[in-house]
Amino acid sequence: MGTVVDLVDETALTKSIVLELHEWQGHRAGQHVDVRLTAEDGYQAQRSYSIASAPGDDNLVLTVEGLDDGEVSPYLVHELRVGDSLELRGPIGGYFVWEESLGGPLFLVAGGSGVVPFRSMVRHHRAVESTVPLRLLYSARTLDEVIYRDELARLAASEEVDIRLTLTRGAPAGWDGYRRRIDRELLEEVSWSPQDRPLVYVCGPTGFVEIAASTLVGLGHEPARIRTERFGPTG
Amino acid sequence: MSFVSRGFRGRRREDADPARVPPGQYVTPDFPVLSAGPTPHTELADWSFTIRGAVDEERSWTWDEFRALPSETVTRDIHCVTKWSKLDTVWTGVSLDTLLGFVETDAGYVTAFSDGGYTTNLPVEDLRDGQAWVAYAYDEEELEPEHGGPARLLVPHLYFWKSAKWVRGLELRDEDQPGFWETYGYHNYGDPWREQRYWGD
Repeated sequence: MGTVVDLVDETALTKSIVLELHEWQGHRAGQHVDVRLTAEDGYQAQRSYSIASAPGDDNLVLTVEGLDDGEVSPYLVHELRVGDSLELRGPIGGYFVWEESLGGPLFLVAGGSGVVPFRSMVRHHRAVESTVPLRLLYSARTLDEVIYRDELARLAASEEVDIRLTLTRGAPAGWDGYRRRIDRELLEEVSWSPQDRPLVYVCGPTGFVEIAASTLVGLGHEPARIRTERFGPTG
Repeated sequence: MSFVSRGFRGRRREDADPARVPPGQYVTPDFPVLSAGPTPHTELADWSFTIRGAVDEERSWTWDEFRALPSETVTRDIHCVTKWSKLDTVWTGVSLDTLLGFVETDAGYVTAFSDGGYTTNLPVEDLRDGQAWVAYAYDEEELEPEHGGPARLLVPHLYFWKSAKWVRGLELRDEDQPGFWETYGYHNYGDPWREQRYWGD
């Protein structure tokens, strides 16, 4: 069980829920939790959400995109208030995780809200002062839809990690990032070469992950070094 | 029931029979995809299905041989550990009763293995008596790669990660050995009606 201590509007559709937890075993960067909601008559609904905070952060943070036809996400984004309790189970998942011992170079490929588990990984990478080379390629439709925009901008300005953004539906004047969908050319340009054997994580909507992962395989990357997490609009 | 999520009403589906939806699941008309890695694309000419391990004699089928085996079309409800259930899905494939009929074995367990390195473990008895198939068609269309094509295991009475995509064979074992997700925190058996999602459930 957690208590909501803060709510942060990340984009028009996306909110970060900052939780103070009572009894938490800790998590690894990339894991998720199950959130369970209970109505007065006992009806329950549960969904999984990626953890956006690093293992060493003070609070657990979930970043949730509100889906129009969803059941749990609209409640989390529009109804939940500071002080409310939230029932959580986790952490869950032991494969889509990164920790220093797994090494790199680390190549993270995010589509839309697929960036959430990577925020945990990047923060963890900084918190442990990892020397593993890290590169994040994040595809969003517009700059307004970029989650963690200020934090990513600060990281992009640092020497420790390499943050690249691509906007697929129009960029503001003066935009110096990429302006196209993730394709073979872009992945070839941004990724390490297959000879460097990067450890690749891809997260986003199913179609995005299918394209990114299969393109990377086509470029010669080892399938066994590509870890994926896909989500459909399931609510 | 002590805890209530303030302001939560939920959106119950009126059109789904609650008796067909296991605890913690919701019904979706979609067919979401979940996989741990890239989707393998194996040429049918290179495809085979093998039963090996604790059997009297290893058996293997090419794609054409496999497609020539007697097939069944079944309608079943499926339940994914990520909470969605999909009702009345229609699959065509070869029954495991047929496949296991080609070998003699006293083994109690199976590891299903797939292209891409995925594995999952099951008791042999969960594959017999009309409970499991190797399916190559969904809704009477050939099974798409992202849903496990050319062929996937179908064990609808267990959570759907047990229905290994891109399946290439079964290894019979005398002792149980956890597969991929079973090693990464998911339940060893995975009965949706007992909500066996994770370790400790």
